[in-house]
Parts: sequence; C-alpha cells; structure tokens
Amino acid sequence: MPTTHAGKGSGVGSGVPVRIQVTSSDDPRAGRIVEGARLLGVSGLVACRVSRVHYLQGDLSAADVERLCREVLVDPVVDELVVGSPATTPHPAVEVAPRPGVTDTEARELERAAAALGLPPVLASTARRYELIGDLDTAAVSAISSRLLANDTIEQHSLGPIPPSFDAPATAGARVESVTLSGLADADLLSLSRERLLSLDLAEMRAIQEHFGREGREPTDAELETLAQTWSEHCLHKTFRARVRLEHTRADGSVTVARYNGLLAALRTVTEELDPPWLRSAFDDNAGIVAFDDDFDLAFKVETHNHPSALEPFGGANTGIGGVVRDVMGVSARPIACTNVLCFGPPDLADRDLPPGVLHPRRVRDGVVAGIGDYGNKLGLPTVNGAVLYDEGYVANPLVYCGALGLLPSGSHPTEPKVGDGIIAIGGRTGRDGIHGATFSSAGMDEATAEQAGTVVQIGDPITEKGCIEVVEEARDLRLYHAITDCGAGGFSSAVGEMGEHLGAEVDLVGAPLKYEGLEPWEIWLSEAQERMVMAVPPGAVETLRHLCDRHDVEMTDLGSFTGTGRLVVRYGEQPVVDLPMDFLHGGVPRREMVGRWADPVPEPVRWPAADPARLVLDLLSHPTVASKEAIVRTYDHEVRGGTVGRPFVGVRADGPGDGAVLKPLGTWGHDMAVALAVGINPRIGRLDPWAMALHAIDEAVRNLVAVGADPGRVALLDNFCWGDPTKPDRLGSLVRAVEGCLEGARRYRMPFISGKDSLFNEFAGEAIPGTLLISALGLVPDLHRTLGSALTGAGHDLWLVGEPSDRLGGSLVAELLGIGDRLVPPAVEDPLRRYQAVHRLIAEGSVTAAHDVSDGGVAAALAEMAVGGRLGVEVTVPAPGESVVVALTNEAPGRLLLESPRARRDHIEARLGPLGRRVGTVTAEPSIRICVAGPAGGPIPHREPVTIDLDAAVRAFTGRGSAPDGRP
Amino acid sequence: MRRCEPSPDEDQPRTDALEESGPCENNPKEDAVTAPPILILHSPGTNRDAEAALAVKLAGGDPSIVSMNGLRGGAVSVSGFAALVLPGGFSYGDALGAGTRLALELRTWLYEELAGAVRSGRPVLGICNGFQALLKSGLLGEPGAPRRVTLTDNANGLFECRWVNLRVEPGCRSGWLSAIEGALIRCPVAHGEGRVAVTDPEVVRNLEDEGLVAFRYLSEDSHAEVERVAGGHYPANPNGSVADIAGLCDPTGTAVGLMPHPEDHVVDWQRPGGPPGGRGLALFEALVDAAR
Repeated sequence: MPTTHAGKGSGVGSGVPVRIQVTSSDDPRAGRIVEGARLLGVSGLVACRVSRVHYLQGDLSAADVERLCREVLVDPVVDELVVGSPATTPHPAVEVAPRPGVTDTEARELERAAAALGLPPVLASTARRYELIGDLDTAAVSAISSRLLANDTIEQHSLGPIPPSFDAPATAGARVESVTLSGLADADLLSLSRERLLSLDLAEMRAIQEHFGREGREPTDAELETLAQTWSEHCLHKTFRARVRLEHTRADGSVTVARYNGLLAALRTVTEELDPPWLRSAFDDNAGIVAFDDDFDLAFKVETHNHPSALEPFGGANTGIGGVVRDVMGVSARPIACTNVLCFGPPDLADRDLPPGVLHPRRVRDGVVAGIGDYGNKLGLPTVNGAVLYDEGYVANPLVYCGALGLLPSGSHPTEPKVGDGIIAIGGRTGRDGIHGATFSSAGMDEATAEQAGTVVQIGDPITEKGCIEVVEEARDLRLYHAITDCGAGGFSSAVGEMGEHLGAEVDLVGAPLKYEGLEPWEIWLSEAQERMVMAVPPGAVETLRHLCDRHDVEMTDLGSFTGTGRLVVRYGEQPVVDLPMDFLHGGVPRREMVGRWADPVPEPVRWPAADPARLVLDLLSHPTVASKEAIVRTYDHEVRGGTVGRPFVGVRADGPGDGAVLKPLGTWGHDMAVALAVGINPRIGRLDPWAMALHAIDEAVRNLVAVGADPGRVALLDNFCWGDPTKPDRLGSLVRAVEGCLEGARRYRMPFISGKDSLFNEFAGEAIPGTLLISALGLVPDLHRTLGSALTGAGHDLWLVGEPSDRLGGSLVAELLGIGDRLVPPAVEDPLRRYQAVHRLIAEGSVTAAHDVSDGGVAAALAEMAVGGRLGVEVTVPAPGESVVVALTNEAPGRLLLESPRARRDHIEARLGPLGRRVGTVTAEPSIRICVAGPAGGPIPHREPVTIDLDAAVRAFTGRGSAPDGRP
Repeated sequence: MRRCEPSPDEDQPRTDALEESGPCENNPKEDAVTAPPILILHSPGTNRDAEAALAVKLAGGDPSIVSMNGLRGGAVSVSGFAALVLPGGFSYGDALGAGTRLALELRTWLYEELAGAVRSGRPVLGICNGFQALLKSGLLGEPGAPRRVTLTDNANGLFECRWVNLRVEPGCRSGWLSAIEGALIRCPVAHGEGRVAVTDPEVVRNLEDEGLVAFRYLSEDSHAEVERVAGGHYPANPNGSVADIAGLCDPTGTAVGLMPHPEDHVVDWQRPGGPPGGRGLALFEALVDAAR
C-alpha cells in the first residue's frame, strides 16, 4: 500500500474535512474513458488516471484516518493512497461530485463503516478525480468533462478539488403557505398552474377554485400540490379516462367516427368478456395477477421512465427498475425477475444532428444500460428479457420500459385497510429528490428541461429496496398488514391518498425520517424519494413488523392512521397541512372530452431498388436493432435465483438470440411447469398504421412465447403506450387507433390485457416520438424440459416454415435500410391461434428441436440467426409472395415461425401442420446459409441462383466480433 | 431449510424457497448424523442465499439462512453449525468495493468465531461476494500476514454474466475438496469485481506451490475427457484473473472461496445445453460430507 502524505491538510480537526484519494493501479474505467473520448471525436487523450476521493468530517485522529483507510478504503494489492491535498500534476485533473442532496450511497456506507470500526461520528462526502493525460486544449477538457465524466443535472465538476458538502442530520422547516385562488381570472389560474409546475388545465384549476370557494378558504401549498399530483396524467391517466371521439379517414377518403367512453374502460371490457378462469386481478392493482399453479400466482407489471432517463440516463433507468419492482411488491409479490425494452436514437448519430440540451444516444444508452444492470443485479433479480431498438425518432426522447415479475401465494394479497390501522412507511428516507416527478412526466420536454429538472431526477439505492423486499415478503406471510402500496409518483400523498380513499386518513409528518434538513411539509408529503413502501398495519402487529425491519436493517416510521372520516388530514405537529375530502381528491377532477384524428396512408407506387440479396441479409444482421445485444445483456445477471431455463443467448457458443425467457421460480420446484416472458414492439409499423402495430406487436410477443414452448391458450398481455401530447388530435388519433388494435388483438388471440400503463407527452420542443406500443406477454410452459432455443441442433434435420409471406414491405427494416417508401404494412394474422396451437402441440410432445420467430429482417435474418446459434448451415427454399427475391427474403409478415425437427418426425409434422406450414429444407454441416426462392406457384423463380451467405460472415455481422476467439465488441 | 433465529411469530417459520420445511429448532445439532446443520450467512444485499440453501439441502445438509443481525444479537451462534456458506450478492451494496463492508463486519466482531470454525476444520465456503469478503477479511491468508492477493474490477470494467467451465484444481490442499479433485464444474459467473490480482508474479507461484489454488477457469470446449485451462482468454476466463484462478483456499484448506456460482447448477435442467455432467452440486456434496 504505497502511501503519500501530501500537503498540509492531513491533520483532522472537527472543522476541517480530511481528503482521502485512492487510485487503483489498473482501473479498467480509464480505458473506457479514453475510448469514450475517441467516440466523442475528442482526440489527444492517451490515458486517464481515475481516483476515488473521500472527504471525512469529524473528530478523527490521524490514526483513526489511517485505520479507516487500511480497513475500508484501500486495497493493499492494487490501490495507492494520498491523504490530504492531491499532489500537483501537469495534467488537467477534473473532479466530479454529486450535487448536494443527490443520493450518495458510498458516502453513507463510509459513515456506517466508520461507526462499525468504533470511530467517532463522521460525515462523508465523495468525488471522482480524473487526470487526463495527453495533448488536450481547454475545449477538449471541457467536452470530456461535461459530455463523458459528469452530468450537470446531478453532478458538479471542476478542474481540481470541489469543496465537499455534507448532509447534516435533518429537521424540517415548518412553513405552510396559503395560496390565493379566490378571485383569480382564468388566465391567472393557468399561469399559477404553470409557475408551480402543476400541469393542471383550466377546467381542473377552476374545479379546485370552486371547491375552496365552497369551503370558504384558500388552499395550502400542500393541498394544491396533492391535487396536482393525484390529478396528474401520470397518476390518473386522464387521457385514458376521457371521453374520446376518433375521426378516422381511410385510404379511399371515407371518414368514420368512433366514440369511446374511456379507452381504459374499453380495454377492461375485453378482459371481462374473455374472463379466463386463471385471471386473478386485471387493472385494479399495481400489477396484473394470474394463477401459476395450485399454490402460487404471478404478478407482472411494466412501467416507463422516459423523461428521467433522457436527463440522467443512469439514475432514470436505475429508479425505473426500482419503481416497477415496488409495483410488484405493492401486490404482495416477491419480485423474481426483471425485463426492459429500450428505444434509443442511432448510436452513430452525428453531433450536428443532436438538438441542443440533448445527451447523445450513445451516452443515453450506456447510462441506461448501466442503471438497469446496477439495480436489477443488486436486487438479486435476473434480468431475463427485453429488446433494444434504435430509431431517429428517439434521439431527444428515449424510451425506457422497465418490467418486473413477482410470485405470491394465491390469495395472499390483502387490499382492505381498516379504521384504526397504522400508516406505516418502510424503507428509504425522504429528501427533496423527485419532487414534481408525476407532473413533470405529464408535460413535454425542451432545451431548458435539464436545468429545471434537478429535483426530479434521482439515483436509486437498491440495497435499501432489497431490505424492503425481504421485510414485505415476511410481513405478508405473517399477515401483518391489511393493505400495502408503493410510494411512487406523488410520494406519501398518493400512497396514503389511494390507500385511504374509502376511509380517510390522518398523518403527522413530523416523524418522517429525512435525508437532510430544510424540507417544507409539502415537500415531505409530495417527495417521490425512492425505496419506500406504505402499509396499513393493525396496531397489534406494529411491534412484530418492527422486529422484522430491525433484522433487515430497514427503517420504519409510523406516520398516522386510517380514520373513517372520509377526509385526508395531514399535520406537521400542530400545524395543519392538508385537509381534503377524499371524494373531491379522487372524484373531483373534471372528465376530459378529447378529439383524435387519424388518416390511413394512401398507398403509393413502390420502386424496388436493386440490391445484392446476400449483402443485404448481412446488412440486416448487423443493423443495431437486429444485431446481438450481448454487449448490453451480459452486464445483467440473468442467472440469479437459479431458475433461468430459457436464456437471452442460446446455442453452442451461447451467442444466438433467445426469443423469450423461461423461468422456473424458486419455491415451485415440485412440478415441471415454468413461466415464459416475451415482448413485441414495432414503431416502424406504427408510423404507418398504429392499429396494425398493435396486432403485429401482440403477434410478435405471442410467437416468441410459442417459440420457447409456452401454451398460447394461457397467455396474458400487458400494454404500454408511449405517445406524444394527446391534446394534439393527430397524436391522440394514432393512440386511439393503437388501442383499437389492442381491443381487436385481445379478442382475436383470446388473450386478456391484465395491466397497462400510458406515458404521454413524449415530446421534445414540439416534436413527438413515433407512437410506440410495447406488448409484454406472460405465458406458461407446461414442461420446462421442453423449452426450446432458436439455435439449430443437428445436420440433417428438417426445417419448417409456418405462416405465409407478404409482398408489403411497409414498416419493415429492409424498407428503412433501402429507403423503400412502401406505405402498406403486411396484413395482420386472421386466425393466429390455430397455427400457434398446432406448433405448441408439436413442441410440447417433443417433436421440435429448435424454433425461432421471424421478425425484424424477415426469414433470411431468422434463418441466419438459427445457423449462427448452432454453427450449422442451412439449405432451404422459401416461398416468394411475388417476383422479388429481396421481398421473399426480407418481408416481415407476422405469424411466422421457423422450426427444426429430426428427419424421423417428418411425416408426423407434415400431418399436424397441414396447410399451416411447409418443409423448406434441411440443416447442413456446411458453413453456409443457402436460400432458394420459390415462385408464387411453387416453382423456382427463373434465372435465380441460391442466395449464399458464408456462416462466418453471418457470425461476424450478427455478433459484431471478428473471428478471433477473444474479441469483445 | 429453516430460519433459525427468533421468529416474530414462532408458529410460522420461514420456508422460503424450499419445498419442505420443518419446525425451527434452536439446536440444529440434533440431526447432525444424517443432515449436518449448515449456516448460510445473510447480510443486507445478499442474494443467492436461497439457491445456496437449496444446494446444501439437495446435497444432504440442513441449511439455515441466518441474518447478520441474528448472529450479532447472539440468538444464533456460528459454533452451532458444522459448516458455513457465505453466498453471493452485493453485501451493503458493495458501495465501498465488493465485499469490503462485509469483510469489515467479519473482521470486527465475527473473526474469532470464523477463525475458530476454520481451526476446528469445519468447512467454510465463500461464493462470489462471499469469496470477496472472505479474502478481504484476511480469513483466506496467513493470520496477520499482509495480503498479496485481491479481487478487483473485471478486466473489461463491466459486470459479466455467463456460463464458464471450472476445474477443481488437482493438488489443492483443501481436504474437503479432495473428494472432487480434478472434477469439471459448469456454472455461471455474475460479477463485476472478480479478477484475481496479485502484488507480483511470485505470489502466483507461491499460491500454486502451496496448493492454495482451488479452482481454475477452463477453455470453452473443455469437457470431462478433455480439459484445457482458459489461458487468460476471454470469455473462458471471464474477468482477466491471473493464471485463470477462479477460487482459492486458506492455508489449512478449510476455508474455500470462488467467484462462479456452483449453486446455480444443481440439477440438469439448469444447464444451457452442452455435454451432460458438470453439476455444481458435487461441491456442496463434498462440503456436506466434510461437515458430517
């Protein structure tokens, strides 16, 4: 442990913080920073020295500091230590520190470690130091600092040390402000809504004004904020509850008008129509619930965290996972897996195409991926399924869908708080972080958003949440609570407000543990600080719960009780903060009337550009949307809990794509049934036909499930709509068409929607994202031993193609790649269940050895992926929908699966499939993918050689790796 | 499996992930002849405790997941157990480096009990985060000697999850590993700080000479008949560990640590294809046998 005592600052007094700088001799982050600078286009950085910096304030002797360094901060094998001011360096040394108030778990753990060593109490603060070695001018240092090392939203940076800030023990300010509403004219009401970031419209502001007019008083700041959060688009889904009129212009110019008495109600109606016996809870709870086996149910929820991720990708995605996991805890389930679907701008976007105030898509991606991995890995949850899409529509507004699956004993989720139950909060402390999150996500973004959003964006603390998971599971099994919910958007205000909707509640905020001093009561009440759950606990169970919390080092607070008065009453000590009738809070919001307009695209003649089919297939395989996501997904633990049967990667080298996840939950090993998860998403189709997007997305999710062995008769669906500003008729029109597609899809596939979420206002400076529907599907695999991968397994095996091609390329990847302006998308599948049931029977009986869905890139890409996974060749003849080889290879008609089976099963499979599928060829030991194209009548298209792709070239295109065994993309 | 600590409600012991449960007994030694009691240590952030307990159970042991606070409060004692497993996870969030805070806990108030277990030959197994904590606590080294081996950031600077091939190193001095000496184990790694690093190359020779290398990464194409070490190549050696070292033991051979997760391969269906065999259960069977 080489130690340098530099400078004069190493003496520790109570007033002077001591600085400790630790440098690892071979920190791999250094290389990543050099590479990151190169990708930024900044030349001259040849090396980087990364140091961890810790400041300690407290009554520590030099021996105490030495001991803390030796025991905790410095690894004797790889670290160098400098106590006191850093030595002068000829290189620019950029230091980066979290802004005051941003979660800093490293500092907190250091304080706790000092306590564990028996040292006097200390306050800690951390920073990172980067010595940039090379030939760099000021502009280069500035670019590296602000675009690579620090994010101004949550961090500060400077050349040289930043004076540390220490979070002091907390006491709240007690100021409650009265806000004058009476006598305000409409314009004043609207400007008040804007100034206070309430995101309420005029009718809503008037309703509030009238309510307090009747009460004969002005609202408090907290009351106004409580109403704004409860009535926010984020919490109340005003668009999905509105009365909506859709004016739909068809391609032939005819116009039809449809009216919906609530889009959400329409989705619920179809679920009620289908009403399968295994459905436990749809749309009523924080997550949808279906039966798994005789003893357990499954809870599934997918959320989005788009705006926070745009501003602070790591923190946004980090807390996105944290939030959706709490949703699943909020139905008393033990979380058992995570999913995520990510939509980014093109990773190679030129800097000149980047709007001001927007982070580069590569930086967004890297931060989001790190945030998802950090949270899921630390919760001990396998991140098993998802997708990553790249499209120019997401440059300024990325989409981050986060999902969580949970397991709970059937009937173990209580939902009825009782009068007299304590309002018990567990988990993290409350800070100013995350204030206005719900209203923030209910408005568009622009250049200035990043500066205004400092309090909105948070960093997660997964270990605190991990403790909550354990406490909640044990508390559930001991039946210690009558109701539970998470503190999500709106914080305590919405958790207590929702739980006490039918009873009334009384809360005293004085006892709420705070991260730091100076919070006003309304801030405590509204803060969306992470990692908190609220339970309704009968008085007799509170002490038992406290024991559980102590065992898991989880903080627990008694906030008040449920009263039976029908009012939400919040005090800060003796001071009144909120006094609202529950029926106004939950029923007082005026219902919106909204209009949407949608016009189907008018078809235009399509010109087929000439393209070398073999080259084209390789280009599709290497397109970032198709190519292997291994560099991302390997950073997620997909094995923890020991039940991952269907994996993200398959095949002999574990680098072929998995279609869906199959999980065997711990605690259910007594039988062979398993859970399957898959997703479907296609914004390219949505641009042309949102109705078709819904059906295609459902089909993609379902065929992915079927491909891994799930039973299509036991599938539940989740919808997640990410759209632009729904007050604009074109955005709403597209959204309503997508909902109509979901309604049709649920009926056609006989699969109920059990949960969903909408994230609207995904706009930047008035530009909306492409309306994007994610369908997440939850299925059951009857026998986990029959779970399949997409990788080919044996030369000589037969290959089968189920489903028919289409000559329409609208919305396909090849159309995007070649700039083909086809505006017609392939027709949706008319009778999907017959084919999927037939395929499922073949898989379930063991006749099939590999299966893969045909999606982005068409049948050629799918065949190539199967070949890559198995490191085997194929020789096939695929059907053509017309005269074009390119269309035959690359069309993305839905409803198609490729199957591999042993030669001996040929007659049996042929009989079972009948006209639903056809044998297209065989698996070969040759390292090549050879595809002939049959004409529409069945014969070969004249004068066409087979399209031949070298297997090695396909491996390189798909994996992005050279043939060297050692390379990492 | 039982949670042998004061339950908030004695009538409802935790059964957690396992199919069977029994009443929580305060003296787990009673059935030691058939199923030795094995402690699975749970600290805040531990996450593969349930799988470790299942592996111990399937290997014939009697696992109990015990929280740090349960041990600290004195309700349960290490001395009541025939073996100890420190499972994987992110103890205390690993905010100060992987296993660092847990190592501090082990050193500050649990050291004597753990060192006592090692002296008396009761097997101690640290997996992933448990290995990091064992190593950083000094329990894998000569008592009092400066530490010359560490576990630090993976060579690529990233968390990495993938299946690997391991060999129980022939010549390892661990007595309880000798039952499976030379065996090939296939199981996943899932870590960001799993690279074995040393102060100088001499240390590796010492580790080898002393028989302290317990596991090495093998090449991807290794199987029961043909074994080749990974030779430093990624991804067979997933983290850049010096000399392909995946696990170590202490000078008595009683305490063993490794980065990969043998507890995630205890039955055949957990394996992602490939040749049969290589179950990590063998390691737990060796542990349980030695604990009898």
